[in-house]
Amino acid sequence: MVTDKGVWSRLRLRLLFTGPTLFAFIAVMIVPFLYGIYLTFTNWDGISTTQSLVGFQNYGSVFKDAEFWKSFGLTLKYVLFTVVFINVLAFLLAYLLTKGLKGQSFFRAGFFLPNLLGGIVLGFIWQFIFNNVLVFMGQKMGIGLFSTSWLSDPNRAFWTLVIVAVWQYAGYMMVIYVAGLTGVPGDILEAASIDGANGWLKMTRMTIPLMVPSFIVCIFLSLQRGFMVYDVNLALTKGGPFKSTELVSMHVYQKAFLSRDYGVGQAEALVLFLIVAVITLLQVYFSKKMEVEA
Amino acid sequence: MQRFKKQTSWLTIIGLSVILFIFIVPFVLLLFNSVKANKDITSSPLTLPTSFVFSNYSIALDKMNYFHAFANSVIITLFSVLFISLFAAMTAHYFVRHDTKFNQYTFLLMVASMIIPFQAIMIPLVKIYGSLNMLNNKWALIFMYIGFGCSLAIFIYHGFVKSIPKELEEAAMIDGCTPTQTFFRIVFPVLMPTTATITILNVLWIWNDFLLPSLVLVDPLQRTLPLSTFNFYGTYTVDYGPLMASLVLSIFPVVIIYLFAQKYIIQGVMQGSVK
Repeated sequence: MVTDKGVWSRLRLRLLFTGPTLFAFIAVMIVPFLYGIYLTFTNWDGISTTQSLVGFQNYGSVFKDAEFWKSFGLTLKYVLFTVVFINVLAFLLAYLLTKGLKGQSFFRAGFFLPNLLGGIVLGFIWQFIFNNVLVFMGQKMGIGLFSTSWLSDPNRAFWTLVIVAVWQYAGYMMVIYVAGLTGVPGDILEAASIDGANGWLKMTRMTIPLMVPSFIVCIFLSLQRGFMVYDVNLALTKGGPFKSTELVSMHVYQKAFLSRDYGVGQAEALVLFLIVAVITLLQVYFSKKMEVEA
Repeated sequence: MQRFKKQTSWLTIIGLSVILFIFIVPFVLLLFNSVKANKDITSSPLTLPTSFVFSNYSIALDKMNYFHAFANSVIITLFSVLFISLFAAMTAHYFVRHDTKFNQYTFLLMVASMIIPFQAIMIPLVKIYGSLNMLNNKWALIFMYIGFGCSLAIFIYHGFVKSIPKELEEAAMIDGCTPTQTFFRIVFPVLMPTTATITILNVLWIWNDFLLPSLVLVDPLQRTLPLSTFNFYGTYTVDYGPLMASLVLSIFPVVIIYLFAQKYIIQGVMQGSVK
């Protein structure tokens, strides 16, 4: 496509086609990101128009902020359990829903339903379930486990977050696994059957290795969403009782916007970003090595 | 053997139904309780409503400023999604057809930026746009959605533009189309299925987004549906009925759309993830 037009008209074409996205991308992602790095070296309080440079002091505060590391540890625990439970349940559902059962698309649609709604609404629904419905059932039927609200118990409140995350994301990951499972070529499974492989062997030796790309996507997505969860945390437990469920994203928010410690808050956000970036990149790097060709 | 297979398939259906029941029951209970009086909700949350208290809904509609928030959500979602799809398709097309080093690096930068979570941007974002006096403005929020959403959209479009044969565009150019006309008459229509996928992913994200609009739209009149639901819950804790009704009201529009477009939504998520 050799066009003999002038520099001016080529520039106009470039601006028309790439201008709007590049401008928005730079103004909303790149500039704030770089400015955010600068902010971590200042002591801005959110009100004054000026701020002074304080060097690495904010990063020092991050490492001394025991609450940040406590909520980070809690988030790690949360991510570990949610990633495992979400993916096991999602894979199981996807496996059962690709065998050609009656009404399988009805089931898929049902399991996907929670993903249509935002974390705020989901959090409030489950607040009602944990505070009212389960307590009511616990007291009427004498189930001690439910007779007091899980949301008022510091240990159980953590598990409410895990339960809601599994309920919320299992359907989404199921859809991705369904796509992966339908992509496994039927002829090689048939060949394996003729060679005498049973269902378990076919699953562990053929289906799962061929599904590695789906696992990479699902684990990546559930890792990222787990580390960055905020809405459900806010609506379901608000970090309570007694800050026992304050996950790291909420901690950063509180640090910056409520304690007005913007420099430290932003430094914590960047430290968090670096840790999550390293974890997710390592995950993708190592699981890419496990990919096989059919 | 045949009989054994049939039995296991029935067992699977029963097992799946139990799991589905657990998945759906929170919504059913929510719906039942949204029309009950407060004392019935606390004394028997599990039963069907015996008398209907529709005032729950009128209180919620009124106090949430429902129709206003709904309109705000529609405007923000509609324009953001429209602009993201259009501009991202144009950029992806330009990047594929003008394969220069500069364009390659720009594309790589956009793809790499997708790993940056919103939380790492939000504090400087609020500071910058606050000092420019651009908070409390729907259009500023839409602009931000374009900035945050365009990378993924360009990435998905990029893969599909590559599969469009170049000859198709060359033929149009020979017939006298300008590059811009070629894009709008030939390329963009061919990309329609991809556009549908991207639209679905972005609608699910923007319609339900909470953190970004809560930072940008501080004025009560600008609130989107998730914001007004959250605010209503925070200020109105006297009785459960209206709270339940407010949740049903914010779920309702999405579920209606889901009933009709369910197949496309699930397909969209599938295609968006496979890349």
